[in-house]
Amino acid sequence: MGIIQKDELEKIQGNMAEKENTWIKVGMATCGIAAGADKVYNYLKSEVEKRGLNIEVRTAGCIGNCYAEPLVEVKAGGKQIMYNLVDEEFAGKILDQHIVQGEAVSGSTYVESADLNPGQMRIALRHCGIVDPESIDSYIYNDGYIALRKAITESTPQGVIDEMKASGLRGRGGAGFPTFLKWTFGAKSKGDEKYIICNADEGDPGAYMDRSILEGDPHAVIEGMMLGGYAIGANKGFFYVRAEYPLAIRRLQKAIDECKGYGIIGNKIFGSDFSFDIEIRLGAGAFVCGEETALIASIEGKRGTPSPRPPFPTDSGVFGKPSVINNVETLSNVSAILLKGGEWYGSIGTEKSKGTKVFAVTGKIKNAGLVEIPMGTSLKTVVYDICGGIANGKKYLAVQTGGPSGGVITEDYLDTEISYESLGELGSIMGSGGMIVMDEDDCIVDIAKFYLGFCVDESCGKCSPCRIGGQRMLGILEKITDGHGEIEDIQKLKKICEAMKKASLCGLGQTAPNPVLSTLRYFEREYIDHIEKKSCRAGVCQKLLQYKILLDKCKKCGKCQKNCPVDAIEGDRKSEFVIDQDKCIKCGLCVTSCPFDAVIKE
Amino acid sequence: MINVKIDGIDVQVEEGTTILDAAKKVQVNIPTLCKHPDVTATAACGLCVVKMVGSPKTFRACSTPITKFEDGKEYITRDAELVDIRRTVLELILADHPNECFTCGRNNNCELQKLAAEFGIRDIPFEPKDVDHTDDDDSTCTIKLEPNKCIKCGRCVEVCQNVQDVHALCFMGRGYDTAISPAGENLSLADSPCVRCGQCSAHCPTGAIFEHDDTRAVWDILNDDKYYTTVQIAPAVRIALGEAFGLEPGVNLTKKIYAALRRLGFNAVFDTNYTADVTIMEEGSEFISRFTKGTAPLPLITTCCPAWVDYMEKYACDVMENFSTAKSPQQMMGALIKSYYAENKKIDPAIIKSISIMPCTAKKYEIQRDENMKSVSDIQDVDIVLTTREFSRMIKQAGIDLLTLADEEADSILGQYTGAGTIFGNSGGVMEAALRTAYELITEKELNNVEFQAVRGIEGVKEAVIDIDGISVKVAVASGLGNVHFLLEKIRAWKEAGSNPETIPWHFIEVMACPGGCIAGGGQPYGVQDTKRIKRIEGLYTDDKQSEFRSSHKNPMVQKLYSEYLGAPLSEKSHHLLHTTYTCRVTYKK
Amino acid sequence: MSEFNVNEIAEKWKDVPGSLIMALHELQEEVGYIPRNEAMKLATAMNISLARIYEVITFYSFFKLEAPGKHKIQVCMGTACYLKGAQSLVDEFKNQLKVDEGCTTSDGNFQLEIVRCVGCCSIAPVVVVGEKVYSKVTPDEVSAIISEYE
Ligand SMILES: Cc1cc2nc3c(=O)[nH]c(=O)nc-3n(C[C@H](O)[C@H](O)[C@H](O)COP(=O)(O)O)c2cc1C
Ligand code: SF4
Ligand code: SF4
Ligand code: SF4
Ligand code: SF4
Ligand code: SF4
Ligand code: SF4
Ligand code: SF4
Ligand code: SF4
Ligand code: FES
Ligand code: FES
Ligand code: FES
Repeated sequence: MGIIQKDELEKIQGNMAEKENTWIKVGMATCGIAAGADKVYNYLKSEVEKRGLNIEVRTAGCIGNCYAEPLVEVKAGGKQIMYNLVDEEFAGKILDQHIVQGEAVSGSTYVESADLNPGQMRIALRHCGIVDPESIDSYIYNDGYIALRKAITESTPQGVIDEMKASGLRGRGGAGFPTFLKWTFGAKSKGDEKYIICNADEGDPGAYMDRSILEGDPHAVIEGMMLGGYAIGANKGFFYVRAEYPLAIRRLQKAIDECKGYGIIGNKIFGSDFSFDIEIRLGAGAFVCGEETALIASIEGKRGTPSPRPPFPTDSGVFGKPSVINNVETLSNVSAILLKGGEWYGSIGTEKSKGTKVFAVTGKIKNAGLVEIPMGTSLKTVVYDICGGIANGKKYLAVQTGGPSGGVITEDYLDTEISYESLGELGSIMGSGGMIVMDEDDCIVDIAKFYLGFCVDESCGKCSPCRIGGQRMLGILEKITDGHGEIEDIQKLKKICEAMKKASLCGLGQTAPNPVLSTLRYFEREYIDHIEKKSCRAGVCQKLLQYKILLDKCKKCGKCQKNCPVDAIEGDRKSEFVIDQDKCIKCGLCVTSCPFDAVIKE
Repeated sequence: MINVKIDGIDVQVEEGTTILDAAKKVQVNIPTLCKHPDVTATAACGLCVVKMVGSPKTFRACSTPITKFEDGKEYITRDAELVDIRRTVLELILADHPNECFTCGRNNNCELQKLAAEFGIRDIPFEPKDVDHTDDDDSTCTIKLEPNKCIKCGRCVEVCQNVQDVHALCFMGRGYDTAISPAGENLSLADSPCVRCGQCSAHCPTGAIFEHDDTRAVWDILNDDKYYTTVQIAPAVRIALGEAFGLEPGVNLTKKIYAALRRLGFNAVFDTNYTADVTIMEEGSEFISRFTKGTAPLPLITTCCPAWVDYMEKYACDVMENFSTAKSPQQMMGALIKSYYAENKKIDPAIIKSISIMPCTAKKYEIQRDENMKSVSDIQDVDIVLTTREFSRMIKQAGIDLLTLADEEADSILGQYTGAGTIFGNSGGVMEAALRTAYELITEKELNNVEFQAVRGIEGVKEAVIDIDGISVKVAVASGLGNVHFLLEKIRAWKEAGSNPETIPWHFIEVMACPGGCIAGGGQPYGVQDTKRIKRIEGLYTDDKQSEFRSSHKNPMVQKLYSEYLGAPLSEKSHHLLHTTYTCRVTYKK
Repeated sequence: MSEFNVNEIAEKWKDVPGSLIMALHELQEEVGYIPRNEAMKLATAMNISLARIYEVITFYSFFKLEAPGKHKIQVCMGTACYLKGAQSLVDEFKNQLKVDEGCTTSDGNFQLEIVRCVGCCSIAPVVVVGEKVYSKVTPDEVSAIISEYE
């Protein structure tokens, strides 16, 4: 269609409208593909063609019910239905029954699309699963780029900032800094060139909100970035995307190319004076590059080591130019806010935490997936009502928010209403939206060790409190889970935690102690048990396990003795079989080799 | 100006002043470890943390500028919590450090050791480090790396990359595995572009980088009767050595150094300042002949500094034709000792051991650079180089009470020097000395004011147009290799544009690798920064002022050398003994 | 690989400020790792010091200094995967392939790598081979995954 004019967005919408009556959508985010969605998609495409059916098969991004992938949504015969766990065979049935006969396929797990996502409110994810991420027209059909056009042709940068102020949106990357304020600093800061950067380095292990948005609705993020660019006076944007997200990168690049084709990225956009260009830069496997100053160093082609602030990026960022850095989810909210008004957004949520937040709920949860909830929703609602509670009927232990920078929330606090403030009070943080559910089979000391291990691996190594403190702390935790802990170790842990929090250079080191401090706060008993009783409640810490032979069950067959790789089992037919705990390396072979279930671990 | 309070004390500072410097103004010394005034703060150690009243955060004093937003704020630099944090951080650093002060190159001079002493660290509550010396690197025989002792302050990397623009050292790896290293796995420094300037060692706070120690070899030579031992001291040694004995920078100890060297047992004590004068004769004549007769291309670039020579051979081989062929004063002295002096004294040069005391680590490398450094048969002209730091240790080992020694003079015939020779030790000195002589040789007139202020001072690049009897000579002086880029680019652009003599950017260029020149060389007493540089430089200019002769060609012993031995500057004999050649070198041998 | 020329990559990125990491991505894409001689050529062609290149490639875990195995098996050890038993997958792969984490099998066919979250946490634990993602993997399935690539 070439460069489009100001009034041509509506024309595209009109063209799209007729296509919107019937379609088939397949959830094709990375995880959907992993679950087999690509096979289903290819099958449907070729079948539709073979059978000469008049229906379009489209891709969609993350639909949210990730636990039920592959997901296929169908709109036909007046029915709009989301089918769960679809394979090729079932896809055939969908074609036979739903498309051809107009009947929902019975005997399957499906939901009327209208009933999807109860308890949720989708703003950042408003298009995820709805638009075709590979089609700009599809985005425009869903009111895409209307907000941008309005802003740059009818409003002013200050007007955009004012709307953002009214919305109360705070950064979704973790720290929760008011977006309007950051943009105000960016706008005020002097420079012939300024940049707006989208932080898509999502590194919290166990969280994938940003990936899902980029894979499912890249244009919303682009539009948000351009609005931000307009507000602060930047004509260039960078996407800093982790290299581990190839599909997101591909879709983003395609979206940028499509925008360029339409002149939505380019010079004098929609005939205004606003010009904008976007470049993608890839990360290369360093979590710390999510930190703003490290990200800047990385975009400059250097080691991603943080530097002291001030100067803040809004004064001196990439190549020394004023730069505003925003998270993917933050930006994906922007065009929605500008379309519906800041006040509308500001009416959602709590007093200080406005709007909605996306969480990736994973771990020992029944229905793992992405949920977007209004701030102020209780943790209980998320875990039990929206996500179906703990998997396999196990008992709740804790939820970790904020990933390696956050902390645990125990059963006693399940009623907590989610907001930046309430989570902070509990010793955790909102973070970027990872929500890891743990059950009774998880060992809290092991979890703390896991997170700390992550931070030690990902520490950039620049400053001594984090580089050495983290490493020594990990050493102490290993000592404890190996059964060599001493009670003073708890004091030492706290001592290092304090120094790391206060003397580390960047957020990584400053928050790395949080999981340890938080688990010490709520589960000190478990630490003490590991140290004093040398026991691990959950049976996770291998070195603390003891293998024992139950004398009343043992038939003295000697099999375990033969199988033990270190000759730790003593005994013969005449005497009893016992395991020498000093020699035993806890390999567990005796358990599997005993025909009479006489060997147990405890 | 911005008003803040430091521990309750009012202080007014300019916008952009760091908290650290603001505190200094009111006599508050916040502990630091990674920060060095010469380089951009990396903010690595975490010791300098302070608080601001009303903020939950801590700030790094070394790298946090006070801006207009901080007007009226109050900082707390010490309270129980801060002291606790600093102590823990220090304990962590020490837990990750080999506990080997006794055998360490920085024992008694180490910034980490000093902090540990001041904090009264009595035990280290955390798991000690496993020490493994396999990655020590002594390959250059000039500076030694012991990465085990590195606290990752980043000073050396900043210096090597940003101040010196050599990029021999870098940080490799990440997190706990971060280590300083040349760029490559298992690559030794000798195979890297390192130019041996030693600035990394001069800035390292710990014993992770220090000079390759040759004192043992010197003792062995001194104790062996079969050798005739000679020694020379470089210009910059005399005004810095005193610092190792508690004196202020800039105090001139020339005559006590001669005395100490005799007590150590050297048979003949010479002064490199003498050959600095000879250098001016050779290099100055070279300039005059290029300038007035066009015998070779201009600009002429000085070559007294082996680190700079090495840098040029690796990174700027295209300007080789502009390099003076004159050897450095050290090498001229070496060559003259084993030729002129040996013949004069009828000593077999093979039994002469020629030692030099230098402010410089690169000089340790220069003596074995190539065949040109062996001008008399095939023995090295200079056998061993000691840095000022090693020399100070030798004096202490020998129990010589340096400061109370009676003054002595250097030995003839290579001992007498002029003020022009002594200022070789600071940036701009070679240029000034050359101008003094060139002026008089070109114009055959007496120069009234020998002081060329325009080329003095610690600025990285100094430019001047000197009027020599109506002819304008454009000169530039650079110190710190990072400043060379600017000069080279201009010369290259000029050459590309056709080398028009009218538009030549400069006729004569002096380059010293170390910022400020040799007075701040890589082998000088520790703790160099601009305040010290200035004082050391003053020491040399004072020596110059007090000299009987202030121009090299007026040195009677230099005149004697030419009349008795060399004939004239640039004579065949001069060429053989006092000049050298250059080759392009690869930056990475592997 | 014979027609591959590092100078083309350098040409493409040389004038894009700060693009070293992008260039290295392309180099690694072509060669599979960053060989020293290519790094040296890239340094010259992009007018960047070799030190900078080594600082970068040794900092970012994505870049490799040694030739990789033919098939890269990535086991996710992110939080979700860890909780769902990823450690036992790592152990199983190590056991079956007889290699340590980060190492390549002696026949050069497999390289075992630990990664931290590939963003598919809802289907944890996850194993990625090439671009193929395996979901909800159990230790029993490990040998089947390996045999797909043998
Ligand atoms: C160690 C570390 C890692 C971070 N990782 C991310 C990340 O992956 N994505 C992100 O958006 N923000 C991340 N942040 C937060 C960012 O530094 C920054 O606050 C955020 O991108 C700002 O955007 P916002 O204001 O829109 O939230 C990280 C911070 C730290 C200290
Ligand atoms: S806190 Fe850790 S990650 Fe941050 S700068 Fe220091 S060492 Fe690097
Ligand atoms: S667990 Fe392993 S080592 Fe221990 S007794 Fe059983 S077989 Fe032997
Ligand atoms: S294998 Fe079981 S029954 Fe046999 S000796 Fe061992 S414990 Fe007893
Ligand atoms: S570097 Fe300093 S603290 Fe370390 S061993 Fe040497 S003298 Fe002691
Ligand atoms: S300082 Fe202490 S350890 Fe060192 S030599 Fe003296 S007594 Fe021994
Ligand atoms: S001696 Fe000079 S060039 Fe060599 S590593 Fe040190 S600072 Fe760099
Ligand atoms: S070698 Fe010395 S200067 Fe360099 S980082 Fe280590 S401690 Fe600092
Ligand atoms: S400036 Fe002087 S001290 Fe420094 S490297 Fe050159 S000759 Fe040596
Ligand atoms: S549906 Fe796949 S990521 Fe949510
Ligand atoms: S002196 Fe400030 S962080 Fe080291
Ligand atoms: S934790 Fe394994 S994919 Fe996220």
